[in-house]
Amino acid sequence: MSVVVSPIREPLIEGGKTYHQITEDICSPTEKAPNLAWMIAFGLSSAFLGLYIFTVAWTIWFGIGTWNLNRTIGWGWDITNFVWWVGIGHAGTLISAILLLFRQRWRTGVNRAAEAMTIFAVMCAGQFPLIHMGRLWLGIFIFPYPNTRGPLWVNFNSPLLWDVFAISTYLTVSLLFWYSGLVPDFATLRDRSQGLRRKIYNAVSFGWTGSAKHWQRFESLALILAGLSTPLVLSVHTIVSFDFATSVIPGWHTTIFPPYFVAGAIFSGFAMVQTLMLIARKVLKLEEYITLQHIDSMNKVILVTGTIVGVAYLTELFISWYSGYIYEQYAFYNRVLGPYWWSYVGMMACNVLSPQVFWSRKIRRSIWWTFVMSIFVNIGMWFERFVIIATTLARDYIPSSWSYYVPTWVEIGIFLGTLGLFFTLFLTFTRVAPVVAVAEVKAILKAGGDQYVGPNAKPHHHHGHDEVSTEAHH
Amino acid sequence: MKHQKEVIYGLYDDEEILLRAVKKAQADHIEIMDVFTPFPVHGLDKAMGLEESRLHIAGFAYGLTGTLTAFLFMTWVFTRDWPIIFGGKPYWSVPSFIPITFEVTVLFAAIGMVVSFFTVCGMAPGRVNPTLDDRITDDKFCIAFNAAGAEEEERDRLRSFLSGTGASEVNMKTI
Repeated sequence: MSVVVSPIREPLIEGGKTYHQITEDICSPTEKAPNLAWMIAFGLSSAFLGLYIFTVAWTIWFGIGTWNLNRTIGWGWDITNFVWWVGIGHAGTLISAILLLFRQRWRTGVNRAAEAMTIFAVMCAGQFPLIHMGRLWLGIFIFPYPNTRGPLWVNFNSPLLWDVFAISTYLTVSLLFWYSGLVPDFATLRDRSQGLRRKIYNAVSFGWTGSAKHWQRFESLALILAGLSTPLVLSVHTIVSFDFATSVIPGWHTTIFPPYFVAGAIFSGFAMVQTLMLIARKVLKLEEYITLQHIDSMNKVILVTGTIVGVAYLTELFISWYSGYIYEQYAFYNRVLGPYWWSYVGMMACNVLSPQVFWSRKIRRSIWWTFVMSIFVNIGMWFERFVIIATTLARDYIPSSWSYYVPTWVEIGIFLGTLGLFFTLFLTFTRVAPVVAVAEVKAILKAGGDQYVGPNAKPHHHHGHDEVSTEAHH
Repeated sequence: MKHQKEVIYGLYDDEEILLRAVKKAQADHIEIMDVFTPFPVHGLDKAMGLEESRLHIAGFAYGLTGTLTAFLFMTWVFTRDWPIIFGGKPYWSVPSFIPITFEVTVLFAAIGMVVSFFTVCGMAPGRVNPTLDDRITDDKFCIAFNAAGAEEEERDRLRSFLSGTGASEVNMKTI
């Protein structure tokens, strides 16, 4: 790696690691029996996964009449959860793709886990539009396949169909990006193991050898997948926001939605990455790879995107007043002071006010503050989606059809159940694959290891390194 | 494993020593069979004189296929096969075809490139490709020479090149 590292740059890998120690530290958790903390967490998540299966089965068996949606409020917790989960997924792609293009080295500590989070979050999100259909077995109708009804095609002008394409492409591309990055690390696991385990990891590593030509192609692939994923991730939440913005409902029909949804997605996604990584680094003993420097960087992203979201909320209020259009004005009056005022307060407090504590470097670097804040942001972003959906629908043009909506136990059960699904998948992932990208961390060791950069750097190491990197550059 | 061949290889402890050795081999006109590393070493492809990967050209072709597939298909459906008026818009309402055209472009490019990558690298689920040493995916950097049919004298020259350029281990293996 040809590098010019600023002397004030803080190290990204602590503990004076060698290449072998990196392999050892990251791979060994998958080779040992899980510890008690993991077992408890897995037991709990599986219980929620059971709740998920039960409530979804209940919905499919009895129909969505078991939910409290009504003629006025046709979208409730289901679509709220859908948008929330998709948003959470966005941080993974942001870290793996956009930070790769920007050459941000700190991404290597967290990208693998964040990409896994993306995939699991999108899987959770995808459930909701499907079960919302009620007759799940007709879900195939959303795909344009040749059929005996004409063939009658789907409506390619509908934002809901754009969403089908966006979400399925997003899931597929994220999965490919993640898996192709995992292949060399699976080969590392393969070469450390024997017997059946070796056979399994050979199968999933596709016979990776580490040849120089393969690495060259691998880097080319990663760069282009990053280049494709960057506009993709922006398009996904833009299209999700089109579900609302292209309708003619006051409060939804606004051009600010795409950028504001994308900022909110990154905001909530980073919060979820923090929640997961703070636990994972502790349980898997990865504190030297996911350092305070990483946490600090991610908190800065949370601060910036939280503030963007805050500006968007205020802009919406201003524009609704300035539009001079009474229905628009009333929609926003309702959002703040209507029957769902409490959700607006929750959203403002969690999303706009609370992240402002991150202006303080001390708080950005505090584990406990970060953890509490990450939960706050997750709650706040859930409220945001609920505010947009429920408050807008509850008071429409005709007062006689005004309504109020509270979820049933089935809807609450499905939401808590998807948390179970998400954490079960994530915990399984920590057992079978390296949670930190082993090869990528090794590649930045000489630019980010604390024996090479930072206050404890050993000068002779640094010298030898500079010499070669200049050579490599020519 | 149709053609078994003898390989003389050296394991290096650091990518900087490896890079110097690769450059020296190039200067001495010793043909390197392959170099294996645990992570992508920058400058290695240039030092070995590898050509640039053409994967991105393939990616462009796949993406373009996706663009045309999606756009032409939607055009055919809405202007030829079953024209329907939606919201008073023209049958051929190009702006609303943009999102799906974009998504399908990305989808085709990504799937095509990943499949091409594994195919040209000779990789597939369950494939067993011979490796020289288990530590190559951990912390060893390996230069391999093809020693098939080489005289003992030539083999000694390769061995001494490897140890002379700083290899910590020099071995021979038939793969």
